[in-house]
Amino acid sequence: MNKLIPALAMLAAVLATGPARAQSDPVKVGLILPMTGQQASTGRQIAAAVKLWVAQNGDKAGGRKVEVIIKDDGSVPDATRRLAQELVVNDKVVALAGFGITPSAMATAPIATQSKTPMVVMAAATSSITEASPYVVRTSFTLPQAAVALAEWANKNGVKKVVSLVADYGPGFDAEKYFTDRILLNSGQVLDKLRTPLRSPDFAPVLQKVRDAKPDALFVFLPSGQGAAFMKQFGERGLDKSGIRLIATGDVTDDDQLADMGDVALGVVNSHHYSAAHPSAANRKFVDAFQAANKFRPNFMAVGGYDGMRVIYKALDATKGAGGEALLNAMKGQIFESPRGQVLIDAQTRDIVQDMYIRKVEKKDGQLWNVEFDAVKAMKDPGKQK
Amino acid sequence: MLTLLFDGVAYGMLLFVLSLGLAVTMGLMNFINLAHGAFAMAGGYVLVLLMQRHGWPFLACLPAAFVATALVGAALERTLYRPMYAKPHLDQVLFSIGLTFMAVAAVDFGMGSSQVNVQTPPWLQGRFELGSGELTLGMGRYRLFIVAVCVALALGLQAILAGTRFGSRLRAAVDDPRVAAGLGIPVDRVFLLTFAFGSGLAGLGGALGVDILGLDPSFPFKFMVYFLIVCAVGGTSSITGPLLAALVLGIADVFGKYYVPKLGGFIVYVLMIAILLWRPQGLFTRESRR
Repeated sequence: MNKLIPALAMLAAVLATGPARAQSDPVKVGLILPMTGQQASTGRQIAAAVKLWVAQNGDKAGGRKVEVIIKDDGSVPDATRRLAQELVVNDKVVALAGFGITPSAMATAPIATQSKTPMVVMAAATSSITEASPYVVRTSFTLPQAAVALAEWANKNGVKKVVSLVADYGPGFDAEKYFTDRILLNSGQVLDKLRTPLRSPDFAPVLQKVRDAKPDALFVFLPSGQGAAFMKQFGERGLDKSGIRLIATGDVTDDDQLADMGDVALGVVNSHHYSAAHPSAANRKFVDAFQAANKFRPNFMAVGGYDGMRVIYKALDATKGAGGEALLNAMKGQIFESPRGQVLIDAQTRDIVQDMYIRKVEKKDGQLWNVEFDAVKAMKDPGKQK
Repeated sequence: MLTLLFDGVAYGMLLFVLSLGLAVTMGLMNFINLAHGAFAMAGGYVLVLLMQRHGWPFLACLPAAFVATALVGAALERTLYRPMYAKPHLDQVLFSIGLTFMAVAAVDFGMGSSQVNVQTPPWLQGRFELGSGELTLGMGRYRLFIVAVCVALALGLQAILAGTRFGSRLRAAVDDPRVAAGLGIPVDRVFLLTFAFGSGLAGLGGALGVDILGLDPSFPFKFMVYFLIVCAVGGTSSITGPLLAALVLGIADVFGKYYVPKLGGFIVYVLMIAILLWRPQGLFTRESRR
């Protein structure tokens, strides 16, 4: 009898702590970013934004502790796939996130489908990524959104003859197709469609071609990080004084590099979903907090990462820390105010619906900023409407 | 078209400065130094560090890049390279490529992976435009500066080779090291000075090329092939060989990217294959003696 009561007490204690222990297991999120290599600036921005979100909102969601595991894929899609596999199988992550370039996202999509793990794309921008797997949710943007918004502005502002210059990969093809189609629809002329390689592009000969073609405007899309080198060549070849307007998607006048570009970038009209100069209270708070924690400005990659974490956290709150299909459904249809403006995750396409701003590069307080002067409200991805 | 020609010449001269050290090393010491690209990258980063962190003026950073890289080259030659001279070529290749990987990783760790941008001084920005219409010759000031520096270097080096005692010792050692040593020429010291000078030239080329070629930790991997092509096509026994080869390749590259952008950078390889099929010993070498 003496031995039975302590034994029963111990059994009761073990049974009582059993389920509670399972509840306090951390829930893991796998963040795969290019921290080295050509797209290292993307990884740096998103990692900083994720850290800021966790600092501001705590590390608990859905009643469980959230652990973010950051892995570097160096923008090599094979590495991304391998890391995603390891995260899903070994670390049992409840969601994958990040994906600096389109090939990385496309390589991981089959793994998300097979393992039923929601995949939050925070950076990549080709329209077809959300169709590669039913588990892909996007918080960045799509090139068709930016290209169509800019083409409409161009048409309203007397631009009739254009030359398009894009990087030779997924988002570049999207940008070229949707921009030139819209220009042709509005009876403009496309004089030439030029492409530069994704890695180590040489802008000198291709800019000479642009000069010789003499269009009203040059439309450019380049991945985040190549804008500064391009602007330098643009100025060095005298193109800024040749009467050819430079219009671009906002990746070229990326906030990350804009401050170092020099006056050659002044007056460039571009279209994008986020500017660090966006005049809303939420954005001012975001930019101030970001700059206080890091030495650099946040750019559109950072906002994609920040909002991606918001989507994951709120979804975990809704499912109380569970993953799989339930988590995916909790991500669809989220509507909230991001530092960029109002944002909706479309429940059917799982893509992002947001305002596309038309901005001009101007100097404020001695620094260059993308100042918004027009917008296309609540723009859905045109790529899904064809 | 003239502008394209000028751009090609400028690119070619930059390649020449970068490749000359490699050509001399391969011809003189029969050593395949695949780490040459790493020396070029080192020179580029010396320029970036001095200009951005210490505010040195651009013109002062160029000789500094040369001297710094030359010193590193001399130190490495004395300690690491000298035991490798007698080893078979494969060992030399493995050693130098290993050195390159180490350099790339070290720079990646220390300076970050992204492209570095240098602000060229205002007197080197802008361009001169001569002529009009089809025959416009637009010469960017920076490229003009590069052409001027490289021409001066080429003339200076030719003068040294032909006119000084060191030059004749170097030519003797290249021609036949054993006989040269037998005549009392300190071949070891000639090797050391030449290797240091060649590395210094690579550093200078890297520093000059930051604006044109870009600079990031993977620079050696991206451009090593071009240096090797210049040496293969131009031969390793003179200065004019690599000079003309570099010019041909630079012009072909720029024209190719303009007229046939789909082939783009592949034009250089096509040209190399064609030239080597026609003259396997390179365009400008006499029959090889080894």
